[in-house]
Amino acid sequence: MAVTDTEAFEARKAADIAFVQSATQEPLPPPMSHSGAVGWLRENLISGPMNIALTILSILLIAWIAPPVIKFLFVDAVWSGTDRDACIVTAERPHVGACWAFVRDRFSYFIYGSYPVDQRWRVDIFFGMLAVGIFWLAWLRAPRRDIGSIYFFVVLPIVSFILLSGLPLIGLPKVDTNYWGGILVSIVVAAVGIVFSLPIGVLLALGRRSDMPAVRLLSVIFIEFVRGVPLITVLFMASVMLPLFVPESWSPDKLLRALVGVAMFSAAYMAEVVRAGLQAISKGQYEGAQAVGLSYWQMMRLIVLPQALRITIPNIVNNYISLFKDTTLVFIVGIFDLLKTIEAARIDPKWAAPSTSPTGYAFAAIFYFTCCYLMSRYARQTEARLEKSHRR
Amino acid sequence: MSVVRETEKPKVSLLYDPKVRSIAYQLGLCAIIAFLVYSAATNAINNLAKANIASGFGFWNTTAGFDISQTLIEYSTVSTYGRAFWVGLLNTLLVAAIGIVLATILGFVVGVLRLSKNFLISRLAAGYVELIRNLPLLLQLLFWYNAVLKALPELRDSLAIPGGAFLNNRGLFVPQPVATSGFTAVWIAFFAGIVGSIVFRNWARKRQEQTGQQAPVFLVSLGCIIGLPLLVFFLAGMPLELSFPEKGRFNIRGGVEILPEFAALLFGLVLYTAAFIAEAVRAGIQAVSHGQTEAAYSLGLRAQPTLRLVVIPQAMRVIIPPLTNQYLNLTKNSSLAVAIGYPDLVQVFTGTVLNQTGQAVEVVAVTMAVYLTISLGTSAVMNWYNRRIALVER
Repeated sequence: MAVTDTEAFEARKAADIAFVQSATQEPLPPPMSHSGAVGWLRENLISGPMNIALTILSILLIAWIAPPVIKFLFVDAVWSGTDRDACIVTAERPHVGACWAFVRDRFSYFIYGSYPVDQRWRVDIFFGMLAVGIFWLAWLRAPRRDIGSIYFFVVLPIVSFILLSGLPLIGLPKVDTNYWGGILVSIVVAAVGIVFSLPIGVLLALGRRSDMPAVRLLSVIFIEFVRGVPLITVLFMASVMLPLFVPESWSPDKLLRALVGVAMFSAAYMAEVVRAGLQAISKGQYEGAQAVGLSYWQMMRLIVLPQALRITIPNIVNNYISLFKDTTLVFIVGIFDLLKTIEAARIDPKWAAPSTSPTGYAFAAIFYFTCCYLMSRYARQTEARLEKSHRR
Repeated sequence: MSVVRETEKPKVSLLYDPKVRSIAYQLGLCAIIAFLVYSAATNAINNLAKANIASGFGFWNTTAGFDISQTLIEYSTVSTYGRAFWVGLLNTLLVAAIGIVLATILGFVVGVLRLSKNFLISRLAAGYVELIRNLPLLLQLLFWYNAVLKALPELRDSLAIPGGAFLNNRGLFVPQPVATSGFTAVWIAFFAGIVGSIVFRNWARKRQEQTGQQAPVFLVSLGCIIGLPLLVFFLAGMPLELSFPEKGRFNIRGGVEILPEFAALLFGLVLYTAAFIAEAVRAGIQAVSHGQTEAAYSLGLRAQPTLRLVVIPQAMRVIIPPLTNQYLNLTKNSSLAVAIGYPDLVQVFTGTVLNQTGQAVEVVAVTMAVYLTISLGTSAVMNWYNRRIALVER
């Protein structure tokens, strides 16, 4: 039966009937109005009165903001000069934009503060060591990440402390923290926050989930207290109350007090992030670990924390981003971080010009934006990776 | 009892009994904490005695002797430190309250625009959120204050804004509405309108449950709350006068003065917090699955009721917790006022009062207690609201 049908069809095809297609036609391209640039425009920008209104609104907004900003930052900008004369408005130069000459002139001040010039190589080494540590830990497939974390959380703090503040015994002259400043201090504050907040935060999170009521209560009080007050008050507490609470002979220096405040503050936030991760680990993991006879600390170190910390990496990094932005607050208790050096430089009469302040802030904005943006990209990438590995 | 123990549990030495161990650990921890607190207290007492600083709250009723640029309650240089505290606290609450309202509005608008199908506007919204979230708030505040508001013209070249307002580097001066006799009637009408619209809403809901007929609740409420006071206002012969600011040679008299510090702080806080709220709103709306919208359409609901009755109530559940956090953050971040000189609680109390009295422990403790109360109070209210709208599971 089927054979005869096919044969009949073949016969008809052979007869070559004009109105029957013998081969499949290529599909026509979609109409102009739905493809290519025009289609994209129609779809995304002008598909209805509301959409048209939004498009016009956004074009107006861009036209209002973008040209003046570009003009200020690049077109009218002053790129070189030695003092304020380069950046003030004169008759032959009625429009003066960003005064980049100011940033170029004070660049080393913004990075090192008043750190002695002949000792600045120590700061460079510190930056290099920190970069290695961050890279080692951030790259999830790096070799020997366990050594990496020892390096980052134990070796790096000790070596950097000796390197930066000096040890006359091995030939490094002492540099008082009063001379530290700029990006160096911002990075030191952030690094101390990052290095100390994670271990303390993990301990607090474990304490909050502990079976011992006294430990739980103390952890809860600390976490909720610190999270309930602004960082400024914690810094004020650290800078004016801490000297009262220790014997007079200790008298911790100003930077150290601020570092204690920042570390305490970020540890409380980190504790909540880690707690969320601990709660996400199923009870079976705990019970399994106990069933094979692991002690509490073995269970946490070998089974629970590796899983909990891994799934909280994105949140930990997000926490680091806000910590990094919050380091600017040490400015208020009188420490020369990047913002404070910019404040000091912009009111310096040598560079007093109307465009100096916006330029200084633009420089700080570029620095903070780059760092925070890179961190948030990393957090997002890790999140996507984790999602993929969870889906299977 | 002892028989059971002998047969079922092996005898362990006290050293290895988990219960004994746990109690010992806790006692040890408490002892360490107690020792730290004790040594801190004795050190503090010694140090304070050496520095000749009084302790206690005796300073609360002493004359402060400094002036504050913005006061919501009566305050002068002869007022007490206690009064200065209240002035600072009210200034903090003022900027926080206005900031929360504005940031919520801006945040919801940006969050919705970010999900818009319009390519340009969604990119713009995303760019705004990325830029603002990745810059420190303090930098933004300093920028608005020092680079924008301080760069405005001097008093004598004030920008005149149509409607009788002036803008210069000393602030924004706007006409002040002054109520004359008969304005109380407008207030009465306003409150009557609120009560009326609540009554009408309850009646309409009951009727809809019984008969299925709907009433135009929104329009009637609008008429009651805005229309009624307006009507009374015109009937009473417009009992409101505007006191216009007048520009003199050295200062501006009359009108309301909005300090540049206040404007910069409010502007910075609103822009910063709105970016975070926008993210929360976007996440909340995306958390409602598309099937919900499709199901609503298949039941015959139109786009607007779908949004109002199906999508938003479910999105709110996801949005409320991070939104609460952002409200608290805004309130806590308002303490950055100290950097630009807005007289908030931290600037007035932890700044000036602390410097004058030197009583660090009391001043910092009071400041922290205030922020803690605000934080815990807000989270208690928001938790209650959150429980009310939370999913009721069987």
